[in-house]
Amino acid sequence: MIWNEKMETMSREEMRALQSERLAATVKRVYENVPAYRAKMDAIGLKPEDIKSVDDITKLPFTTKADLRDNYPFGLFAVPQDDIVRVHASSGTTGKPTVVGYTAKDIEMWSECVARCMTMAGITKKDIVQVAYGYGLFTGGLGAHYGAEHIGAVTVPMGTGNTQKLVTLMKDFGATAIACTPSYLLHISEVMKESGDLSQIKLKAAVCGAEPWTEEMRLQIEKNLNIHAHDIYGLSEVMGPGVACDCEYHEGLHVCEDYFIPEIISPTTLEPVAPGETGELVFTTISKEGLPLIRYRTRDLTSITYDKCKCGRTTCRISRFKGRSDDMLIIRGVNVFPSQVEEALLSIDGVSPHYLIIVDRVNNLDTLEIMVEVDGKFFSDEIKGLEALSVKIGKAVQQMIGLNAKIKLVEPRTIERSMGKAVRVNDKRKLI
Amino acid sequence: MQAKQLSVFIENREGRLDEVLAVIKAANVNIMSLSLADTSEYGLLRLIVSDPAKADAALKANGFSSMLTDVLVVRLDNKVGSLQSFLAALAKTDINLEYMYGLTIEKEGKASLVIKASDFQKASAILLKSGAELLTAEEIAKL
Repeated sequence: MIWNEKMETMSREEMRALQSERLAATVKRVYENVPAYRAKMDAIGLKPEDIKSVDDITKLPFTTKADLRDNYPFGLFAVPQDDIVRVHASSGTTGKPTVVGYTAKDIEMWSECVARCMTMAGITKKDIVQVAYGYGLFTGGLGAHYGAEHIGAVTVPMGTGNTQKLVTLMKDFGATAIACTPSYLLHISEVMKESGDLSQIKLKAAVCGAEPWTEEMRLQIEKNLNIHAHDIYGLSEVMGPGVACDCEYHEGLHVCEDYFIPEIISPTTLEPVAPGETGELVFTTISKEGLPLIRYRTRDLTSITYDKCKCGRTTCRISRFKGRSDDMLIIRGVNVFPSQVEEALLSIDGVSPHYLIIVDRVNNLDTLEIMVEVDGKFFSDEIKGLEALSVKIGKAVQQMIGLNAKIKLVEPRTIERSMGKAVRVNDKRKLI
Repeated sequence: MQAKQLSVFIENREGRLDEVLAVIKAANVNIMSLSLADTSEYGLLRLIVSDPAKADAALKANGFSSMLTDVLVVRLDNKVGSLQSFLAALAKTDINLEYMYGLTIEKEGKASLVIKASDFQKASAILLKSGAELLTAEEIAKL
């Protein structure tokens, strides 16, 4: 089943023509409306009229998370504030969030993208969809919500946090689909297994995203719940969930190419890699009004195939993610940069402390532990003083990244010193 | 009237206590008393030693987290009820006893205690007024 036959099955030539036309218009628009883009293009002597087709895309400068931060909060918006109807935000590298804005048309486009993705998972207007992503500044909840409504499904805004209630409503409502992070769904499945609720549910499909997961994990979810599980991809800067999703063949994630042009570049040379090779995924949005992004570096490592899929779609597919080209961690669906943890620790002491972030997955839920060396001012001769210190560090970290971390105080020099760049993260999860 | 206690942070790992003691031994410092407070993950070793500053420097040089804390060392008669009657002077005040442990029992029928009070100055003034015998660092080193 295909949501938008015209856009999802057009020939490569038609798609390239459409992308060329939209790209040229987008570049003209950002040049005229966003001073930061105009400055970047002027700096390399590039004029909007130099961009005529998708082949010209490599002439354009890149955009990074730093650009969003430097223009915080609304500096990269390409429309007057009157036309913005919503903002979302995700964590940034220095504590300042990355803010994204949407026009009413952007929200429609987003809903269309999510509708296409949910249709790939077999969801129709006859379904009851529980949205168990966080609602709020995070794009997951509202993004999935609008997509499910756009399809015409009964949409249940569960949010996260109350698994027992989710299970109860899943049974009582006869929910047939769910949208949440894969680790949360695996957790839900084990809760239901223990409580014996598995036989009483009607669930048949899941669209999971917002964090990296393995094919093994996907198959395990399918087996545990006897459903079809699909991988939905997106990032708030580009739009939110719905940029790409895998169809029933699970051979890569179909990109909504009429809205986003993907490229794969080498993170070191910044040149395009050979077709099929792995590199960093870069997106240019070609329909978005509020916050159009030119060659946005996602830092996600993957490869692209343009072969026609067995499902009939002609849109290109990105492969399962193979890691990131920066140090960002995704913990319980939340983006975390080690530098944020460091900033939280610095806010307490004023001296750069030695620390190690340990991420693991226990019972399918991510765990976060931060080892902090007890040294200098980080010391007390009383147990209650040390306990208060743990609590203080925990609170500072919670405020900075929005996640609870277990703080473990260790002796000086416990954390291995490395030559050169310090090793700040030990990610024990097997995701790639 | 202040004595210095040496406090050392140690993780609950095999051999850590031994390493601390080895450093103190190498510095030629004598341990008069110690108390080990523990939690599930780490412990706090509190020591009364013959030369606290020297031991502190040696531990720091060997990568340990250590610090010196002002504590009261009180000498009491080694007999029934003397601890209670001595502590009665503090019980009526807003001073908290953070922790305490024994130091020595002497042949002459005296016993010494180490006390960490929430307000060192105030506690030592009250105790002196009530006639308690507080030992100095020099006196402790001679015990």
